Amino acid sequence: MFKVVLHRLLMSVPLVVVVTLLTFVLNSLAPGDMAMTILGADGTREQYEALRIELGLDRPLLVQYLSWLGHAVQGDLGVSHFTKETVTSLLNPRLGVSVSIMVGVLVVCLSVGLMLGVASALQGGWVGRAIDAFSLVGLIFPSFWLALVLISVFAVTLRWLPATGYVFFSESPKDWALSLVLPIFSVAMYSITSIAKQTRDAMNDVMGRDFIRALRACGLPERSVIWKHALRNAALPVVTVLGLVMIGAISGTVFVERVFVLPGLGSLAVSAALNKDILLLQGVTLYFTLMTVAINLMVDLSYGWLNPKVRLS
Amino acid sequence: MSAAATQTPNASFVRRLLSRPLAVVALLWLVLLLVLSIGAPVFAPLDPLEQDLLALKQLPSAEHWLGTDALGRDVFSRMVHGVSLTIAGVIEAVVMASLLGLSLGVSAGYFGGLWDRCVQQYVSLVQSLPTMLIMLAVLAVFGQAMLPAMVTLGVMGSAGVSRVLRSVTLAVREELYIAAARISGLSDAHIILRHVLPRIAGPVIVQMSLFAAIAVIVQTGISFLGLGVAPPAPTWGSMIFEASASLNDFPWLLVPSGGVVALTVLSFGLLGDSLRDASTESWSRPAVRQSVKARQAIQPKDLPEGCLLSLRDVTIVTGTGSATRTLVQGVNLDLKQGETLGIVGESGSGKTLTSLSLMGLLPPGVHVSTGTAVINGEVIDLSNEKRLTQLRGATVGMIFQEPMAALDPCFTIGHQLAEVIRLQGLGATQVQAKVMELLEQVKIPNPQDVAKRYPHQISGGMARALASEPRILLADEPTTALDVTVQAEILALLRSLSQSRQMAVVLVTHDWGVVADICDRAMVLRHGQVLESATVVDLFHRPQHPYTQALLAANPHSAKPGDVLPTVDDKLMNITGVAT
Repeated sequence: MFKVVLHRLLMSVPLVVVVTLLTFVLNSLAPGDMAMTILGADGTREQYEALRIELGLDRPLLVQYLSWLGHAVQGDLGVSHFTKETVTSLLNPRLGVSVSIMVGVLVVCLSVGLMLGVASALQGGWVGRAIDAFSLVGLIFPSFWLALVLISVFAVTLRWLPATGYVFFSESPKDWALSLVLPIFSVAMYSITSIAKQTRDAMNDVMGRDFIRALRACGLPERSVIWKHALRNAALPVVTVLGLVMIGAISGTVFVERVFVLPGLGSLAVSAALNKDILLLQGVTLYFTLMTVAINLMVDLSYGWLNPKVRLS
Repeated sequence: MSAAATQTPNASFVRRLLSRPLAVVALLWLVLLLVLSIGAPVFAPLDPLEQDLLALKQLPSAEHWLGTDALGRDVFSRMVHGVSLTIAGVIEAVVMASLLGLSLGVSAGYFGGLWDRCVQQYVSLVQSLPTMLIMLAVLAVFGQAMLPAMVTLGVMGSAGVSRVLRSVTLAVREELYIAAARISGLSDAHIILRHVLPRIAGPVIVQMSLFAAIAVIVQTGISFLGLGVAPPAPTWGSMIFEASASLNDFPWLLVPSGGVVALTVLSFGLLGDSLRDASTESWSRPAVRQSVKARQAIQPKDLPEGCLLSLRDVTIVTGTGSATRTLVQGVNLDLKQGETLGIVGESGSGKTLTSLSLMGLLPPGVHVSTGTAVINGEVIDLSNEKRLTQLRGATVGMIFQEPMAALDPCFTIGHQLAEVIRLQGLGATQVQAKVMELLEQVKIPNPQDVAKRYPHQISGGMARALASEPRILLADEPTTALDVTVQAEILALLRSLSQSRQMAVVLVTHDWGVVADICDRAMVLRHGQVLESATVVDLFHRPQHPYTQALLAANPHSAKPGDVLPTVDDKLMNITGVAT
């Protein structure tokens, strides 16, 4: 098991390097560099040259990248030229918001998605059709549009939940939870149905296997056959999809944080993009890539836990 | 030659596509969008930027077909003028994704080897990138221009496209005419262009269509965030953003903006799905189960003394209506306590189906059309699966052919045995003792050790069937997968259990040796019909039916070394009246 974790962590090093290098290369392709962006149209030639040297932009691209990487490993991601604050001091307080949404999405997907999937595998009929209809809605409407509809229904009309804004857990746990309900469901809407469909297919596949027939032949109660044996075996492909869904949910948070005005990493990424704040954007990208690595690691660990063949090899 | 015969496969493909109403509607909607984007000023004469401050937030009217927004601009006009930006973005992304995906996927599938592995690494790397973040970086760097962003989306999307096309190409490459083209010395480029590409055109179009649906969502999303397009210009995304500002007092704006996006995404998705369906063979729907009452009722008092299991007129069919095929026809049998009955026949003769029908475990699409059983004195209609389910385990047990496949790979063998034994209501220590006893009985060495192992490390499906101590045991070729010494021990165990527990055993087999060894009676099944049923002694010495004679003669145990093994067909060559 330790080997699996180590292998996955080693495999993710190239991913982190590629993503951050890509942002660097993109930056160099851009018409006009960071010094020009900071100075704007009013800067003189001399000011520009001086700022370039100060920012280290006169060095070759690879040297610039390695210098950034060297500092990044030590926890220094540079200074945002827009707000003049360090990138880490901008990112860290916002991490909790995005992670809260992600964990919420995971919980909702697993509980609702699995239940619906098993139900439609066993019932077929209307549960299956409801899931199909539901997933069509999640598929064809953009998540931010669904978020607006949810606000319009649950916040504006029914007044059950707050429309926008975020309450920190330390201020009021109840309001914190309430402020997260709509964002989480907006992101999870599509994911729930992906999980449900995958669960249905995997369950249908497992239910046709010989050992299920053999378990039934032994007179084992149906609930044990389904919830213990079939679901456990169906879990592997579901976990794979869950990993992909969670990686997709990272992109979802970008929109949802924007719609619900949540102070998370996603909304920060959008304003960084609008302000051409390259170092800040680079920092957000790094954080999100590390989240992807963490998700993949969790997927691998659950493979090991679910499948004895992986665990023992 | 008739017109139909000269039609190319592509023509019939288009016809099949056009026979699907949903696909036609989707296609029409997309064509309409294209026409609107070209003739926007004609179809929507009102200026999409002109603000009419006297007509703010109006619902649809004759003048403003879809109403007006918070600045008094005509919503329909903004929507129509937004089409061209959306379409342009989608085309950029789709062209990039299909060109890159096509060249990577086809080359990886066709050439294989190191290049294939490189492409696969690339695919998995791109698929684990945070798409939205990369797009944001591109937008920041390129001054929020839509073109580089959509091209980047195309590059990211090419990973998924190439993965699908790679597997399609792999399948095409294995076909004989490609091998023939290679042998005849045609160049790879020629083969790919002339022979591979036409074959995978279907999947390419499907992938393009499905990816276009994603591109619409992403393009809308970018403009929703206020990136990619400068603010006053009308885009679908900015219309949704404007709707969000009027959410409190004028939610109507959500309807046209979300509706047009949803319809377009739906059309691309539907088109992709219909294309995929039209390019693959249609398969038949699973049969609807028909319940038919048993024709002849039987009473327990009519049965012979000590009879534990009786079957009357068991007929098993698949399909419905005119497509019905009979798999097993009118099987009758009686089985006493402590008696062992062999069911003999070739593969596909209905032996296994007959025993599965007793458990209520027939495969999907196959069902009992008529048939009654008397199990342990109770009359049961064999189409009553609910009752059969209740009898499984304690009354009727079954040993399956492939012991490995009969065990859940996720739990240890000991756990799976204990689970069944616990159903008898025993305590924990008793259960553990019983697990060991059972494993010893089925001749598993080191039972202590084996109980802790997982099925893929060992085999032992048989012990579990015995764990519930059934009255009737069905054994479906229980010894086929075992080596000869274990085989003999297992047969001895079955015999002793049938004696000591007075258990009735139905043994499904094609091995006459096994029948001779432990069965009291045997019946011969062919094409779902019972040809002969007699005591084992009679069957071996005085076989009545020519097929039984042929089957006996085809026993490989009696062949001389060096001779070709006898088969049933050899012996049946000159026999008439046996065919179905």
